[in-house]
Amino acid sequence: MIRSDVLKTLVPFISDKLVVTNIGLPSQEMHLIDDQPSNFYMLGTMGLASSIGLGLALAQDKKVLVVDGDGSVLMNFGTLPTIANNPAANYILLIIDNGSYGSTGDQVTYTGKRTSLSEVARACGCENVIECSAEETAGVVKAAFADDKMTIIISKCESGNIPVPVIEHDPVVIKDRFMKAVQS
Amino acid sequence: MSINDQIIADFVRNEIQFVTSVPCKQLAGVLDKIDQEKSIIHVPSNKEDEGIGLCAGATMGGKRSAIIMQNTAIGVTINALVTLTQFYRMPLPMLISYRGEVGEPVACQVEMAVHTKALLNQLNIPTYHFHAHEDVNELDGILKHCYMARKPVAILTDASFWKGVN
Repeated sequence: MIRSDVLKTLVPFISDKLVVTNIGLPSQEMHLIDDQPSNFYMLGTMGLASSIGLGLALAQDKKVLVVDGDGSVLMNFGTLPTIANNPAANYILLIIDNGSYGSTGDQVTYTGKRTSLSEVARACGCENVIECSAEETAGVVKAAFADDKMTIIISKCESGNIPVPVIEHDPVVIKDRFMKAVQS
Repeated sequence: MSINDQIIADFVRNEIQFVTSVPCKQLAGVLDKIDQEKSIIHVPSNKEDEGIGLCAGATMGGKRSAIIMQNTAIGVTINALVTLTQFYRMPLPMLISYRGEVGEPVACQVEMAVHTKALLNQLNIPTYHFHAHEDVNELDGILKHCYMARKPVAILTDASFWKGVN
C-alpha cells in the first residue's frame, strides 16, 4: 500500500473530524479523495503540520488528526519534544512513513535508512507511540479516536504517488471553512 | 506597574490565551510572568518557526495567540510568516527582543540587528520599536491593531527599553 491507499482507508471515519494535512501530495490526495471543510490543507510550511495540529488540539476540545510525513517530521524534529511535554488527549499524530520525500520525486529520507521515528518519539518522551503497517493503520487510527489519550502513529508504507490536481481553494477560504468546522 | 506586568496585563486585556516562546535574556522576566498567568497557555518552542505553527493552530482553534522571541528568529521564520501567517491571513503579535542595538555586549548579535528592520520591511510586517520604558504604553493599541488587521506585527524591544527591568 502507498500513502494514498492508506488515506482511502481512513476516509470512512475521518470525514467529519478535524484533519490537518501535510504540504504537497498528502494535502492534494486528501483533497482529491475527500475534500471537507474540516480539512486544513497546509500548503506552504513543510514540517509544521504537527505543530499546527498541536496548537489546535491545545486550544479546543475536539479530536485533531494530523496526517504528516517522515520527511516533514525530520525537518521539524523539535516538534516531538514539544508534543511530548505538552500532551493533548485530543491529539493524534499520524506519520505516514514511506521512507521518501514523495512530493519531490521519492528521494530517500533517513527513515528509509537507519533512523526510527518511533524510537525517536519515545526518546523525546511521547508515551503512546504505535508503529504499524500500512494495512493496520485504519484500525490503529480508529482506536486512537475512541481513546482518550494522545497517540503518535508511525505507519510504515510503500513509497509511491498517484496523479493529483493542485488545490485551488483560496487559503483564506480553507481557513474560514475550517474554523467554522472547529466551532460547529 | 512594572514593564513586565504591563505587557502581561495588555496580553490579558486583549484576550491572548496562547503564547509560545523561544527565550532571550532580555525576555526572562516577561516569560516568568507568562508562566504565572493562569489565563494563558504557554507552550515553549524549540525553534521559532515551530512556534508560528503552534500559534496558527491555536488561532484556528479560537484562541488569540502570540509569539515571544529574539530578532535572530526572523531568519528562520520567514517562510512560516509568509506562507502560513500571511497566506492564510492570521493575526500574530510578535514580541521580539531586539538584540544587537546600543548596549549590546555580544558583537555577533549586531550582525542580525542590522538586517532585522530591513527584513521586516521587505515582508510588509508592521513594525514598532520600543526604546524607552514609556513606549510600552503603545502595546495595547498595537495588539488591537494586529487583531483588527489579521496580520503578523513585530514589536522590537531593545536593550534601552529593558534596561533596569529584569
